[in-house]
Amino acid sequence: MRTKTDFEPLLVAFLCHWCAYTGADFAGSAGIKYPASVRIVRVMCTGRVDPLFVLKAFREGADGVLVSGCHPGDCHYVDGNIKAMRREPLLAAMLEQLGIERERFQLVWVSASEGEKFARVVTEMTDTLRELGPLNLKGGEQLG
Amino acid sequence: MAKLKLAVYWTAACGGCDMAMLDMGERVLELDRVADIVLWPLVADFKYSDVRQMEDNAIDICLLHGAVRNEENRQMAELLRQKSRVLVALGSCACFGGIPGLANFFDRQEIFTWVYLESQSTDNAGGVCPQTSARVPEGELTLPEFFDTVLTLDQVVDVDYYIPGCPPTTEMLWQAIQTLTGDQLPPKGTVFAGSKTLCDRCTRQKEGKSITGFRRLAAVDIDLQRCFLEQGIVCCGPATRSGCGGRCLRANMPCRGCFGPTEHVRDQGARLVGAIAAMIASDHREEIEKISHLLPVPDDPAATFYRFSLPHSLLKRKRKENAS
Ligand code: SF4
Ligand code: SF4
Ligand code: SF4
Ligand code: FES
Repeated sequence: MRTKTDFEPLLVAFLCHWCAYTGADFAGSAGIKYPASVRIVRVMCTGRVDPLFVLKAFREGADGVLVSGCHPGDCHYVDGNIKAMRREPLLAAMLEQLGIERERFQLVWVSASEGEKFARVVTEMTDTLRELGPLNLKGGEQLG
Repeated sequence: MAKLKLAVYWTAACGGCDMAMLDMGERVLELDRVADIVLWPLVADFKYSDVRQMEDNAIDICLLHGAVRNEENRQMAELLRQKSRVLVALGSCACFGGIPGLANFFDRQEIFTWVYLESQSTDNAGGVCPQTSARVPEGELTLPEFFDTVLTLDQVVDVDYYIPGCPPTTEMLWQAIQTLTGDQLPPKGTVFAGSKTLCDRCTRQKEGKSITGFRRLAAVDIDLQRCFLEQGIVCCGPATRSGCGGRCLRANMPCRGCFGPTEHVRDQGARLVGAIAAMIASDHREEIEKISHLLPVPDDPAATFYRFSLPHSLLKRKRKENAS
């Protein structure tokens, strides 16, 4: 089991190809620093991020899940990000009931030129996760 | 042809699946023509030792209903697996954890504290809680260990077939029994129900309407012809396996999800979040937030969406803070 002290949070970030992913790329090439522990999953659009992906990420060991894409109005598939936005409150409420704190799941808009913002979001979320401690979901299965 | 040997057993169950068996009516007698009942606590007296003495695979078909809640459930599941050629998970409790699986929002400590110490109706001045072993003047008394987590049957033993439903319909049950007592067994893992979702099979009118709020069934005049969800009433049809024939819908009740997910859906909660969110008629974050919290179960989407399938879901239970 991972404990709070030796803990580098694992953040899984689903980034839309057109905005947030390009933003992350931009941050990288501009040398803007952000935590190396983030695992980026490129998706074509935030609308593609089925709630199942988020559950799976937690199930597989993520301490936090970030979904990030184009600002409203900028989605390349018109309203994929609006779909993501509609899922957020229900999914967050359901996760909280399952013991996954609200802060562990976030939806943030990052445009292709907002490398700085991407780095900030990831850094802040990683700090929050470090505060919260490891999720340790895998331990929930034992019987006794 | 020699008669088949049939066993029916229950673990953490309500008995409703047994009732569904009896509801088959005179067909139970027909069943008697092809099978000898070697174990069925509801209808006759059997002892565990009777089962232990059987040879391995002596039972041809074992229908097991109920989730796995404690050590006794687990031992019986293991024993019956060993003694049965074909093991069938009967009902939603065995298939997905069912209603007993809702206890996975808590752990043993929380359940014991509430049930034996804190609930208003409890009179337990000595603060006695169940122990796996207790010394009394006459010797040692034991109880099976109560688990932290309710499990599905297939999380404990290998399961050959599934008959979902809370309880399964008598039609399905009879069909499944006929198939299982016939010459050719279906492929392992077969679920005796539909393969599509209930929505796919539903005949209520769908107009593709979005919703500006969710409503309680009791608080509205429902349109008997139209889709419940489009009227703002939570219906689990989009995430639930068909096969019940729309039992509840026909009685003008929304589906509560008892047939569990389809293979494709996998996780009822994830699918229902997606399906219900897609209907919210707003493009603005604050407004979406507001509509979502107008759900008739504002604090309880998880139990509404996983009412019958929490142990089977991706996350299986509420996270345990001190899990190791
Ligand atoms: S599936 Fe339903 S009817 Fe069958 S034992 Fe479980 S709670 Fe009872
Ligand atoms: S949501 Fe319910 S009422 Fe609407 S189509 Fe699906 S099963 Fe039918
Ligand atoms: S309508 Fe839904 S809750 Fe009712 S029997 Fe069918 S699957 Fe179960
Ligand atoms: S393409 Fe970026 S959110 Fe849809």
